[in-house]
This record gives sequence, structure tokens and C-alpha cells, in this order.
Amino acid sequence: MKSEQTKITGWLVVALVLLGGVICPSAQTVTPLSPTGMALIPQGIYTPPFRKVSATNQIPVEEFYLDICPITNENFLEFVRANPKWRRSQVNHAAADELYLKHWSGDLQFDIKIKNAPVTFVSYYAAKAYAQWRDKRLPTVAEWEYAATSSPTRADGKNDAAFQKQILAWYSSPSPETLPDVGSNRANIFGVQDLHGLVWEWTGDFYKALGMAEAVCGAGAKDAKDRGDYPAFMRFGFRSTLQMDYTVHNLGFRCAKNLSKVAN
Amino acid sequence: MNKEWLAGFIKYPQQLLEEELHTSMNKIKLGLTCVLTLMSMTAQLITADVAAQSPNSSSAKPVDPSVTGEEVAVVTQAPNVPLPLKRSHPTKVRVTLEVIEVMKRLSDGVDYVFWTFGGDVPGSFIRIREGDQVEFHLNNHQNNKMPHNIDLHAVTGPGGGAASSFTAPGHSSQFSFTALKAGLYVYHCATAPVGMHIGNGMYGMILVEPKEGLPPVDKEYYVMQGEFYTAGKFGEEGLQIFDMNKAVDERPSYVVFNGAVNSLVGERALTAKVGETVRLFVGNGGPNLVSSFHVIGEIFDTVYQEGGMIPSQHNVQTTLIPSGGAAIVEFKVEVPGTYVLVDHSIFRAFNKGALGMLKVEGEPNLLAYSGKEVDAVYLGRQAGTGSSSEKKVEELRAARKEEIQSNPKIASLTKEIQMEKGKGVFMQTCFVCHQPNGEGIPSQIPPLAKSDALMSDKVGSIRGVLQGRSGEIVVNGKKYNGIMTPLNYLSDDDIANVLTYVRNSFGNSGDAVNANEVRVIRAEAPAPPSASSQFE
Repeated sequence: MKSEQTKITGWLVVALVLLGGVICPSAQTVTPLSPTGMALIPQGIYTPPFRKVSATNQIPVEEFYLDICPITNENFLEFVRANPKWRRSQVNHAAADELYLKHWSGDLQFDIKIKNAPVTFVSYYAAKAYAQWRDKRLPTVAEWEYAATSSPTRADGKNDAAFQKQILAWYSSPSPETLPDVGSNRANIFGVQDLHGLVWEWTGDFYKALGMAEAVCGAGAKDAKDRGDYPAFMRFGFRSTLQMDYTVHNLGFRCAKNLSKVAN
Repeated sequence: MNKEWLAGFIKYPQQLLEEELHTSMNKIKLGLTCVLTLMSMTAQLITADVAAQSPNSSSAKPVDPSVTGEEVAVVTQAPNVPLPLKRSHPTKVRVTLEVIEVMKRLSDGVDYVFWTFGGDVPGSFIRIREGDQVEFHLNNHQNNKMPHNIDLHAVTGPGGGAASSFTAPGHSSQFSFTALKAGLYVYHCATAPVGMHIGNGMYGMILVEPKEGLPPVDKEYYVMQGEFYTAGKFGEEGLQIFDMNKAVDERPSYVVFNGAVNSLVGERALTAKVGETVRLFVGNGGPNLVSSFHVIGEIFDTVYQEGGMIPSQHNVQTTLIPSGGAAIVEFKVEVPGTYVLVDHSIFRAFNKGALGMLKVEGEPNLLAYSGKEVDAVYLGRQAGTGSSSEKKVEELRAARKEEIQSNPKIASLTKEIQMEKGKGVFMQTCFVCHQPNGEGIPSQIPPLAKSDALMSDKVGSIRGVLQGRSGEIVVNGKKYNGIMTPLNYLSDDDIANVLTYVRNSFGNSGDAVNANEVRVIRAEAPAPPSASSQFE
């Protein structure tokens, strides 16, 4: 009973936060069941950009909900307000390196201009704790990549030349001093925004990429199947440089949720 | 909370091992390395002492007893080279390179976001000695977008340091190696897609001096070739982005020395004095092309082929430098003048930027020229005029220009812009014969500087550039009888700009040439060679 109550309160907070400001334009039409701010990703198949000798190339992805936009500084502020141990001055540095929330001016302060910008300088543990607090979870690599394959017009954006070019252009340019607000990129066919063109994002099982340095360095690239895989390759490369306590200026996250949980 | 982290760590290697067991031994080894790394990390978590330690730090390293002392490596930006080492023993050398993604000039009016080792292309030159124990630090600047690493060809070991130096933005990696073999080696980023990281400028060189050192010379310089694959074609202005398709197809828009068009031209040219011996450390970052490195007007007295340590060849005209390879060339400069460094795959030099200069000063040394004996030259027809839509566009442009020129204030600004752009064309195309100062070559190439023939016949000068010319010509009272090849591949704008530059430089003063004037003459039939108008 008590936990149920906590859960409801939690939901109220979520709803209030999400209603509180134009954090992220909502998806055009999401199924009525979709939790606020999330889009339904239909089930499908994810194909990693590696050729494995024996393992299957096809990973089935169950349908799930994914946040339409990355978590903002304002969202994250609510979290640290409610969870003092995740404040900058109190965080356990085994769980977040010394750059944790470096871009904030204090435990609960940041420049108002960045309130709708994606939160960065957060570790894997911090992102995971946030998701749990929201009764959500981090998307898996397969889920994230599957959702990110689609372009604004196609489910398989690999063959969308303009889309690929745009992605590569983003990877080719240094991050701006101040990150733009979330929701500034066109939604993909699932109604999800900013998977490309804003920040890198944590995934729940990124650590599977640890130790893959050799797979994504040098000769490892021979396993790339086609030119359309290059952006995905870069993401695998990026993930494999991370440790769970790392915080990076252009690394944020968004949450996912299982379908069954919503039905309850 | 702690338990949960541990669970995360422990779950991972199990999964990995299960997945990888049936693949190769190599991968299992990798997996085991991970297990070990993660176990050590776990231990650190238990002692709650993670923040102070690098998770990758390993146990004490073996040290070669002959290694004495410690120093921080001096690194330099091209074209400079650190001074020769004076040590007679190996030492522990700390080398730090910072990876910076930065927007800089690729050519006049053309910007590009370079990924660099140290802020410039090529990356910093590192000079160490055979036997040195190198503690290498790679810092990935916190504003960078990408993870990066470094593969030093001077490192003996899998990946050349690549896997050990794979670094997220805002982080730093360290690894150590012993410089086992002397030589001139390329280093580069080896993060996938490797071609893109190299193609954006991530390469440089490390010289491992042999124990006995290299023979002393008077001047040492660092020159490194590389190609850039931009979405726009050569010279297209504005910020250009990397074009993966062009890169895969090996069709670069730019082939340059030291990271930009004209980076070794004019005030940035290399210099030497007559009688000095010059040593060039020449590398080729690629990512694709092999360089046919040549210095116009020089013969390499000695070449250390492919950057090896044996002076392998004397009296070499052109030496091949493989992509991801290097060469050391040495030559004594005997005659003052400007020597032009090129990739002798020559369209790259004159049309894509692979061109630099070595200016040699000293007492004049009279050269014996044979003098050309040419009676008639067939210059060929000029290229046909463009399509009707191109003509229409050209007409509209001309109309716009006329409109602009009717305003004297804008017109004078336009002339200044034209001169700046024209200087670029001149330094790319004309200076080889007419010389950077426009003085020409006595009895061979007529001067443009204070040239009566040039300044008295504007139309003739346009025609000369478009159609070429031959036959006798008198300039400033002196006779010349050379050939100028047609340069009709230059655009109307380029020709207008370069002539505007020439007509207002080297002591000349005249009005601007506009593209419309060039267009009118381009449209006329080529004059027969004997009837060429006076020009130059």
C-alpha cells in the first residue's frame, strides 16, 4: 500500500514536471496509452553494425516506450531536489566523477537559460537512478539504436542519404559552448526527437561495449557492413570509451519503459 | 547501492564470456583482460577509493636499467622540428598530446572542422631517441564531440597504442612504450571510422633518432601531406563538411601540405641560405593517396626511403611516400630562388593545393639556360562555352556585378576583395613562372612587375590568360620568346581576380578586371598563335 502511494506521488511529480513548462514538444500523435512525454516504439528487429561469425545479426526488439526528448536540466533538478544524495556536493564520487553536474552553479542552481537544455555531466549511475526514480529504466543499446535508425520519413533511415549526411555533419562538428534546448530536431517516424544532433546518450547496457576498443579501433572497422553503419559505429566507439562513473559535457540520457508496466 | 554496481560489473564479463567463447581465442583474451580490469575496479569500489585512481592503471612497469633521468618531450607545430637530441643515453620521456576539434582555414574563404593532435594539422612533431621509455598521455579536450585515440607507428605492440589510448571527451589516457627502433614514424587516430578521423586531419609524426643521432644539417623542417574530402569542390567558399562518399571513392577535393592550401607559401614559405643543407621530414597522412614528393629545381642528395634509418639512395628526383608513411630527404641548396614542393601527381599540386615553397637567399649564381627553340606551338582550342542555363546564370551575375559597380564605394571594396582572391590564384598557378614577386626570369619569363606591355593592353592580357601565347614579345625594352600555356580551366572570376591582383601589385596600378570582360573574350575564337596580341 505504501509503495503504491509513493508510486502515485511519483507520478504526480512526473506529471507536474512535464506540464510545468514546454520542455519538449509532444509527439504528433502517440497512442492514447503512452505515458506523457513518451512515444511508443513498435516491435522490430535491430541489426548491429558488426558482422559476427557465429552470433545472429538480428536482435528482436519488443515494443516499448521511449522518452520523446532527452532529460533536461530542469527535469534533473527535480530529481536531485528529491534525492539529496545525488546533489553535486553530496554525491559519492565512486558513482560520478569529479565533473558531475559541473555546468551547474550549485547543488540546485544553474543558469535559467539552460533549463530546457539536455542535462549532461551525469554518470551512468546517476542516469540509472533518475530513471528508477521515475519508475522507468534506461533503454538498451538495441532499443536505442533501433529507435535511432529511423529518419523523419523512413523506418530504416540507413538508406536516407540526407538523413545520414545530417548525422555525419553533427558528428563532424564540435559541441557548442551552450547546448541547444531539447526538442529542436525534427521527430523521427516514431515521434522521437533529438536521437541525433544534440547529445550522446547513456544506454542501460552500454558496458557491453567495454573491452570492445579493439573492435571499434583500427582494423575492427572492417566489420562495418556498409557506409550507412558509420554513425552507429561511432556510437559504439563512444560507448566503449566510457566508464560507469564518467561524466561528459555532451553525454545525456533519456528513459524507456516497458509496455506492460503502463497497462497496470 | 554498492551491491548493485557490483552486480552490474560481474554480470558483464559472464555475459561477454558466454557470447565470445565460441569465437576466437583472441577475443577470449580480450574478454579476460576485461574481467581482470573489472575485477580490479571492483576491488577499488570495495575500498571506496575510486575517485583518486585511474581504473586502467596497472601494476609497476618494468624499467630498462640503462634508462636514466626523466624529461618532458619538446613538441613543435609544423613546419618546425624540435632541435636534435644531445643525450647519449635513453631516458624516460613524458609526451602529452591534446586532441582538439577546431574550425580553421582550409583554403582562402574555406573553413573546415579539423580534428587535430595539438590544434594543428599535421599534429605536433615528437622527437625522441632510440631506447627511450615513453610515458604517453593523450588528453581528449572536453569540448570535443568524439572519442579519439592514437596509433603510433613507432610503437611495437598490437594497435600501436590505439586500444590503450581510447579516450572519451574530457578524459585522459596514459600508456607507456619503449622506442625499440629508430626511424621516422607516422602517428594517427585509429578510432572508427578510421578514415574519417584521419581524413579530418588526425595525423602527425614521431622521430625516433638512432643512438648515434642523425648527421648534422643546417635546416630541418616538417612537411606532411594529406587529403580532404569536402562536400564542396576545390575553392567552394564557406564551411565545408566531410563527404564520406568522396572519401570512400578516393576523390579528394583538396590535397595539401601541412593542413591547408598555401600553408607553405609566401610569408609562410620554408627558408634557407645558399650553401646550406636542408633536411625535410616528409610524411603522408593520407588517408588514401600515395605522394610523389618532388621539389621543383632540386635533386635530393640523400633519401631515407620510407623513413627508415639507412640513407638508401642518392640523387633522387621524386620519392614515393606511402599513405601512413614517411621519408627523410636532404639536399644542399646551391642557387638562390624559390623552390616549389609538390606532389608530382601534378594536378594535385596545381588544382588541389599540394604545393609549398622553399625560398633560398644568397649571392646570385648565374645559371646556364639552354634557351628554348620553338617556332610554332599548337595551343589547342579553348573549351566550349557552357550550357544555355550556365550562360543565363552568368548573364545574371554580370548584371548584378554591373549594378554593384555603378556604386563607386562598393566597386572599390569589390576590387580589394578581387585582389585578395586573385592573390590566391596567383600563388596557386602563376608564381611558378612569373615568380612570387612578379619579376619573372631574365630572358625566359617576362616580368609582370611594372610591366608596360601588361598595363597597356588589358584585353590582350585577358586573352593571353585564356588562350595562351607564344612568339616574340617586348616587355620593358627586353625581348622574350617563350610560351604561355592557356589557362582557360580557370573560371571567369578567377581570371578577373588574378588579373586585378597583377594589375595592382608589384608596382602596378590599374583598374579592376571584371568577369564580364573575361566572358566576352572567352566567347571569341582563339587567335592564331602568330597573331597573338601583345601581352605581358
